[in-house]
Amino acid sequence: MSYLDKDALKVVGTRPIRPDGVDKVTGRANFGADMTMPGMLWGKIKRSPHAHARIVSINTDKALTLPGVKAVTTRADFPDIPPEKRVLGAAPANLWDLSRNCMAKGKVLYEGHAVAAVAAVSPAIAEQALDLIEVEYEVLPHIMDVEAAMAPDAPILHDDIFTAGIEPRPTKPSNIAKVVRFAKGDVEAGFREADVIIERRYTTKPVHQAYIEPHACLVSVAPDGQTTIWSSSQGQFMVRGYTSRIVGADIANIRAIPAEIGGGFGGKTIVYLEPLAYMLSKKSGRPVKMVMNREEVFRATGPTSGAVVEVKIGAKKDGRITAAQTVLKYQSGAFPGSPVQQGCICGLAVYDLPNALTIGYDVLCNRPKVAAYRAPGAPIGSFGVESAMDELAHELGIDPLKLREINGAKNGTKAAHGPTWVNIGYQQTLEATKAHAHLKTSLGPNQGRGIASGYWHNAGGESSAACHVNEDGTVTVTEGHPDIGGSRASMAMMVAEVLGVPFETVRPVVGDTTAIGFSASTGGSRVTFAGGMAVTQAAQKVVEELKKRAAITWDISPDAVEWKDGKAYPAGANAGSFEPLDLTAIAGKSARTGGPISAEVQINAQGQGPGFATHICDVEVDKETGQVKILRYTAIQDVGRAIHPSYVEGQMQGGVAQGVGWALNEEYIYDKDGKLENPGFLDYRVPVASDMPMIETVMVEVPNPRHPFGARGVGEVPIVPPMAAVANAIADAIGVRLRDLPMSPPRVLAALDQVEPMRQAAE
Amino acid sequence: MPNLSFTAPTTVDEAVRMLAGGAGLAKPLSGGTDLLVQLRSGRMRPEAIVDIKRIPGLIGIREEAGEFVIGAATPGVMLSAHKAFEHAWPGIVEGADLIGSQQIQGRASLAGNLCNASPAADSVPAMIAARATCVIAGPNGRRTAPVEAIVIGPGRTSLEKGEFIVEFHVPKPKPHQSDAYLRFIPRTEMDIAVVGCGVNVTLDGNGVCTDARVVLGAVAPTQVIVEDAAKALIGHRLDEITNAALDAAAQRACKPITDKRGTIEYRTKVAGVLARRAAKLAFERAGAR
Amino acid sequence: MAKTHVSTIINGEPVEFLCEPQQTLLDVLRDELGLTGSKEGCSSGDCGACTVICDGNMVCSCLMLGAEAEGRSITTVEGVAQGDHLHPVQQKFLEHAALQCGFCTPGFIVAAKALLDENKNPTEEETRYWLAGNLCRCTGYDKIVRAVLDAAAVMRAEAAE
Repeated sequence: MSYLDKDALKVVGTRPIRPDGVDKVTGRANFGADMTMPGMLWGKIKRSPHAHARIVSINTDKALTLPGVKAVTTRADFPDIPPEKRVLGAAPANLWDLSRNCMAKGKVLYEGHAVAAVAAVSPAIAEQALDLIEVEYEVLPHIMDVEAAMAPDAPILHDDIFTAGIEPRPTKPSNIAKVVRFAKGDVEAGFREADVIIERRYTTKPVHQAYIEPHACLVSVAPDGQTTIWSSSQGQFMVRGYTSRIVGADIANIRAIPAEIGGGFGGKTIVYLEPLAYMLSKKSGRPVKMVMNREEVFRATGPTSGAVVEVKIGAKKDGRITAAQTVLKYQSGAFPGSPVQQGCICGLAVYDLPNALTIGYDVLCNRPKVAAYRAPGAPIGSFGVESAMDELAHELGIDPLKLREINGAKNGTKAAHGPTWVNIGYQQTLEATKAHAHLKTSLGPNQGRGIASGYWHNAGGESSAACHVNEDGTVTVTEGHPDIGGSRASMAMMVAEVLGVPFETVRPVVGDTTAIGFSASTGGSRVTFAGGMAVTQAAQKVVEELKKRAAITWDISPDAVEWKDGKAYPAGANAGSFEPLDLTAIAGKSARTGGPISAEVQINAQGQGPGFATHICDVEVDKETGQVKILRYTAIQDVGRAIHPSYVEGQMQGGVAQGVGWALNEEYIYDKDGKLENPGFLDYRVPVASDMPMIETVMVEVPNPRHPFGARGVGEVPIVPPMAAVANAIADAIGVRLRDLPMSPPRVLAALDQVEPMRQAAE
Repeated sequence: MPNLSFTAPTTVDEAVRMLAGGAGLAKPLSGGTDLLVQLRSGRMRPEAIVDIKRIPGLIGIREEAGEFVIGAATPGVMLSAHKAFEHAWPGIVEGADLIGSQQIQGRASLAGNLCNASPAADSVPAMIAARATCVIAGPNGRRTAPVEAIVIGPGRTSLEKGEFIVEFHVPKPKPHQSDAYLRFIPRTEMDIAVVGCGVNVTLDGNGVCTDARVVLGAVAPTQVIVEDAAKALIGHRLDEITNAALDAAAQRACKPITDKRGTIEYRTKVAGVLARRAAKLAFERAGAR
Repeated sequence: MAKTHVSTIINGEPVEFLCEPQQTLLDVLRDELGLTGSKEGCSSGDCGACTVICDGNMVCSCLMLGAEAEGRSITTVEGVAQGDHLHPVQQKFLEHAALQCGFCTPGFIVAAKALLDENKNPTEEETRYWLAGNLCRCTGYDKIVRAVLDAAAVMRAEAAE
């Protein structure tokens, strides 16, 4: 059964108060660092001061003799992971790389790479002990820049990595871990047909997810190996599985309890601390708490890639694109695995291209291993493509929105990377953009307007859900996904809708790994889609059971019972004449009709439905200082069906703000030795409240028929368009195109300084 | 920090004894918004922290003998809430008010901002421009020094061991005198100044400048009093030619570095821009009096 | 290292504790007193997640020593609601969905309360600048600002009754 008819919905589409809200506005909610256990120790990490060095020796003797120190761990305590155990289930991580990212083996590969950890009775003593750990390094040449790392004579990070994706297999190790390629048609022929060709190069800097909660965990390992992990992550099952492999424990011995999570944006889809805390707890026999400080978060956890993006687009005079080509070079950091493939796919996916070619390079360098960041890879490639589209529109003298209407993907379009689109809403976002009042307002001097679009494919995958009818007729629904932005509310809403009961009677819970079946992590904008599908199915099974119980009570066939508005009714006159039974009545008598009423569902959800968005941004540029102010911002997005519209809007607004930060001021700044110069919120400049205007949202609803309520992922696509939207607006304001992020005041002023003399000369 | 001590004396003499007493580093604590960050990061490892806020007079603003006397540990919120002072020296209040967030304003003090000895300190240029002085207590008694004599380099002050600033004295403005402080930061809040500029001017009845002080921050190892900029203003109205001379003088006075917050070229250029903009504000304010 | 004995008032209740000289008020609240509502996001005064009100001024508890609390009166997020009656700011945060992950929320609640204690009718701009020391990475601030302005309106209406 589906619930795609919006008019028939009573709960979905409304805006109730989230079930975990009061806990979070009163300070009761427990996040990663908020838990304690009796006898608990504090763990701290010794980190590399070098960007690239061989570890000659580590001496922990002095640290161990410091009073209050209970355990020290180094790489020697961690098992090597054989090739057949490096991947777990459907999870994408290479666990051998992850293990060596958590604790360096042989070499340190970036400043901040962990080399040892201590547990002590207080944080102060643990800090002191770190200073007593002696590490001897042989410093090696380091490489930070993506193109320099690709050069044949570059210092090599891993001598066992040979570029994958090219034939024949190379014989020399390379920092290019992988080459990916997607092609459609014949780009050379397409470019020959073109009247106008735009060929440009864009660059982006690594940016951090910058969740406000630093990584934190508390791990207790009993002498028999029974383990409890309390931690903040995007997936308790991920924590359990990854930790088990890295420390060499059985999954069944680990119970991972999800703390509330203080933001992740992809950055908490892997582990950093849990294996180290595990080892310290195992060695000390006591629970160990580890909490990163902000500097550690910046130095040693995943930013996303800095990159070079080369874009070539050819078009006829009428605006029809004849060919498009992108070459993307992404930093992966210390281990392979940048999101370059998604960058290749997503940049071009917005358009109907007769001929297309995209090539991506996954490039190692002496930076922290990148981690997923909201629509991983997509914003980088799209910054290039959407900026180039604007440049093309300018060159052709066609309105940028019109150019997108001409070339935008529609149902039936075959995307450059393969799939043929069905049920997509890109054109609808363009229609809504065209109709929006924002476009009708006029601009003042030094003000400009930009538009840009974006795509993200969203994810489905494994989810479990349980729905329990309690004795008093209230309902408990258990999901397996950490609630990172209000998903408890949407889960409870879908269950309430299916059962026909008030939202307030449904209490959602995020279960630990022993309380609910396996569920993949919260990520890929998958929870409302896949988790929602699972809870809906569980609730539907409960409805079937409720009908059965009514049938038993009435002594008629279950087929003769229908469930409507939270009550069982005889289905028509033939079924007999009975007073309807509501959920409470059936629950109260469940012991007499067969026992507890519950359902648990496990699925591998497919058909997530792609997400498209178009954004409008107005800026004002101070031409004397280069400062850019965001005057007005409107985000238009196909959201499928907004289950809880406020939280959908919130995802769109949050994505925009992160994108604005990426566009204007956020960047990793390294010195010549490969040391991070801005590992704090003072100089890693995320937008503050006074930097932003209100962010208008337009939720276009093109229901996804593969989801019972029509939902599609909404959380990631809103970070894809902003960088180009801002760049396009700046170009409109001052007539200068910025192709390098961030478009910080010095860069804007330098760009203005370059063109102003030319302009004056021309006048 | 195995041997750190914390004390909160209630007299100046006691504080001096505690600051001068030990062999190791002793730090006076007023707002702590820089000190605690340095302590936490391990950049500073003092042996003693002496909280000076419980000494009477160290917090508060009073008017005496034609001057404002500001207790060294007075937090920013008290400064901006003092209507008479804000009216007298809007530029000083602007500068102090720009130090960090509202939370920081609840603690951060003029003395702390000065003695942290950052070239980018926001409250310092306007204080120097107003010819403010400070009273310093130490083992040899009290002495007075102009604000510009305190910072001698990044992170370094002229204070001797055991010395700390007790209060600031700011003269009351003359007729047609006023000031302004502007800084440039990449965001709208929460950043360290890339360039800061305090301008203090006195005008005659016709809007012609008779006295001026222009002070730049974040463009050299210490704050810079730009004599040429003052010369460019004195004897002139703020017209296009004066502005150009002021801009050029400000740029010439810059000896900045390129770092994570700005380049030499950028800082130099923006110093000229801010000098013009701050002068415009200061002239308007002075003219309105 | 000798511990300091501190007597203070927290959320209206007299409290005594022992702390080490380098322990911040935030360390004391979280690790000694079990008041984990105040969060540690940066330890440098840049994120505001640890915001408390000390003698009427809002401050970052990570930038104040525990020992400095002697004789002061501190309000933390745990003291904003009166029993089971939420403060209007808390209620409006819920109604406007002004939180996603909720980690920065305690700091915002305290900062917003402090704003409305001082300014009954803040403009959007005043609100944004007042809250500039509180970082939120989830919401883009839109719903937070709306919630605070709405709470101000409710409080004005209540005061007028």
